[in-house]
Amino acid sequence: MNEAAVLERLRAALPTGALITEPAAMRPYEADGLTALREMPWAVALPGAEEEVRAVLRICRAEGLPLVPRGAGTGLSGGARPVRGGLVLGLSKLDRILEVDLENCVARVQPGVRNLAISEAVAEHGLYYAPDPSSQLACSIGGNVAENSGGVHCLKYGLTVHNLLGLKVETIEGHSLEFGGKGFDQPGYDLLALLCGSEGMLGVVTEVTVRLLPQPPERVVLLAAFRSLEAAAGTVARMIGEGVIPAGLEMMDALAIQAAEDFVQAGYPRDAAAVLLCELDGDADEVHSLRDYARRLFEQAGAYQIQQADSAAERERLWRGRKAAFPAMGRIAPDYYCMDGTIPRAALVEVLGGISGLSERFGLAVANVFHAGDGNLHPLILYDANQEGQQQAAETLGGEILKLCVEAGGTVTGEHGVGAEKLNQMCAQFGADELAQFERVKEAFDPKRLLNPGKAIPTLSRCSEVGGMHVHGGELPFPKMERF
Amino acid sequence: MPDEQAELLAAAVRTAGVEGRTLRIAGAGSKAGPGDGASTLSVAAYAGVINHYPEELVLTARCGTTLQEVNALLAQHRQHLPFEPPMIAGGSTLGGAVATGWSGPGRPWRGSLRDALLGVEMVNGLGQRLRFGGQVMKNVAGYDLSRLQAGAWGSLGVLLSVSLRVSPMPYVERNCRLRCGAQQALAWMRTWARRFSPVSGTCHHEGVLDVRLSGPETAVQAAAARIGGELSSDLSHWSALRDRALPIFQGEGGGAESLGGNLWQIHCASAAPLPPGPCLIEWAGARRWWHTQKSADEVRAYAESVGGVALPAGGAPDFQEPIMVRLKQAFDPKGVLNPHLLPGSQQAAEPATGLHEN
Repeated sequence: MNEAAVLERLRAALPTGALITEPAAMRPYEADGLTALREMPWAVALPGAEEEVRAVLRICRAEGLPLVPRGAGTGLSGGARPVRGGLVLGLSKLDRILEVDLENCVARVQPGVRNLAISEAVAEHGLYYAPDPSSQLACSIGGNVAENSGGVHCLKYGLTVHNLLGLKVETIEGHSLEFGGKGFDQPGYDLLALLCGSEGMLGVVTEVTVRLLPQPPERVVLLAAFRSLEAAAGTVARMIGEGVIPAGLEMMDALAIQAAEDFVQAGYPRDAAAVLLCELDGDADEVHSLRDYARRLFEQAGAYQIQQADSAAERERLWRGRKAAFPAMGRIAPDYYCMDGTIPRAALVEVLGGISGLSERFGLAVANVFHAGDGNLHPLILYDANQEGQQQAAETLGGEILKLCVEAGGTVTGEHGVGAEKLNQMCAQFGADELAQFERVKEAFDPKRLLNPGKAIPTLSRCSEVGGMHVHGGELPFPKMERF
Repeated sequence: MPDEQAELLAAAVRTAGVEGRTLRIAGAGSKAGPGDGASTLSVAAYAGVINHYPEELVLTARCGTTLQEVNALLAQHRQHLPFEPPMIAGGSTLGGAVATGWSGPGRPWRGSLRDALLGVEMVNGLGQRLRFGGQVMKNVAGYDLSRLQAGAWGSLGVLLSVSLRVSPMPYVERNCRLRCGAQQALAWMRTWARRFSPVSGTCHHEGVLDVRLSGPETAVQAAAARIGGELSSDLSHWSALRDRALPIFQGEGGGAESLGGNLWQIHCASAAPLPPGPCLIEWAGARRWWHTQKSADEVRAYAESVGGVALPAGGAPDFQEPIMVRLKQAFDPKGVLNPHLLPGSQQAAEPATGLHEN
């Protein structure tokens, strides 16, 4: 490859200033939210139109140049980490809301549109876009599609895949594909579902059609404090078994509660072994009767304190402690490593017991915050990278925790993706035949393996790469952003 | 032993591959496909619920299990399959439901079959037993090859077992019946879709608009008062619509054939203009069953003009797009499975005359 000539072709295909090659200007593109994994890209292309995306892909294909699609760079598994000698294809300039169709309750947007911007654009019409990942202020809808992002309300309203109607995708082979549209369930292979969560490995999303839902007229948030994890976990199982699906259901353990209280003073009881946060939404009558039911249930299960938030300000206060859990860890330990396993809820007490045993064995504290409704666990391993061996110990401990999740019938990643981070753990979850099937699917879209190579699916011969969400001194890549 | 049975099914696929034979996968056997020389691989005997955890909202069952058995088990726990799969002639299997990917009347409010599919165990065209997804709600490890099986009509693999998200049954369910024209019905459907309400089904046909309301008693009563019409607890219309047992779906005696035309299903933008002539509208406008004597090309042109897709009612999609052909090859390089659906096959392109299921 004649590098100068390729750069010239890329420059000609893009608007002025949309090709970055100076190291200082490329530094923000070295990593995504998983800052421990860095790589300087060869160049960064920032197309502003679909045609420019196609042109860049044509050049990459012709030159055999690997490329990594990137949204807002808020991902937590290194999915957008550049590949050495490759291009970063940043889609943040494709940021127009193309159409808000109120008749059909859909919005057609470009991939760089921020998640929250969609809801903001339609709020005056009483509508919203349901998936709300914690990074929704900054993360882009294209990135949400790549990761199949969730959020605290996905127990009731689903993940990205459940709220998508259509996609326009460019393949590295030069095909423009359109799946779905404004209606539901196009016949044929469900490529919409396949692309969702494929971590930019199969194609580049250039347009997304999402469903808009009517805003629920009433919301209530309850906080219940328990003296044992078992009591809190049992309450979650009972509520769902009895047919109540709350809009959100979150759990925090003692260490997480204390750290969050120290940080934001949300008024959580410091002596609790576990708190549950439960959000109910719907028609006013429905919400009030569910609220009374939930309060009774919490009392019967031994909750020794229940707080209720009816107003927006009170709801915000109760959520504040939960949202502060991640940054709060940065105040009690120099570094932390965030895990993302999902388990069947019935295994919660057993898995938390296992995590506590591992924590003792490795001599590192682990705090737990948990999307209790859907079984998605975020253990936060606290350590100090300046103490010799602790970083390595934290990574090993993290791997052991994910193994526990797989053994309990769960998965190594609920919502953060495999990216460059969990390739080893993928080997624990899938066998050789499954990995080979993943490879053949990749080949159907990208036979030359130019799109985001080395991510998400480990090769059989190489199951050794490892990484971590390394946060030093509480510094996150987006320090003001709420983390769930 | 179920595991030995599964191994036999995998071995049958391997053997067929080695011998250059093709296999047609059959579940309940309600599918009367064209004879094309393929041997039948029956999965009906590979049946039984493996587990159901009501408090986890998850059910895992072998694919030969009948929908009747699944529904009966779930009902004991006041749960159901939210996507309401059709039970054709009462005899459909879980595997057939997943293979067709058909969702029932509640789809816009409760999600599709694909939405509820959490994991599969399957045999690909190479005869390998593979597991994708799992039993948990959130899972982004690897490509979502489990949801890809929904609506693939068994052409990517023989489904062995599936895990599905189940839902609590609504506390109360009622039907409101109004009389109005199709345009008015569509306008109302769209109005209801834009506000938070307990509507969980809409169906208009021949001047009658049925609205299903589900939820807590007070919310259902309040919505019924707003909507008006005749309120009833008789929900048989909805099971008949789900099972495609209404007269419009019947091949004989009042259905498409007796009118000399064809019945088409059209998936389109909800508020899109209606086609000319008799048509059943459901899914808040997003699915229409259209009786017409127009040619296939004319029907497809209408569908395209409203941003949608037309398919002969009950027929399989054609899987003809180049990327679909490549996906088929990625799962079944020798083309062993369900050859009548193979891309490029003539039979796949022909309109089906009856309801198919495999």
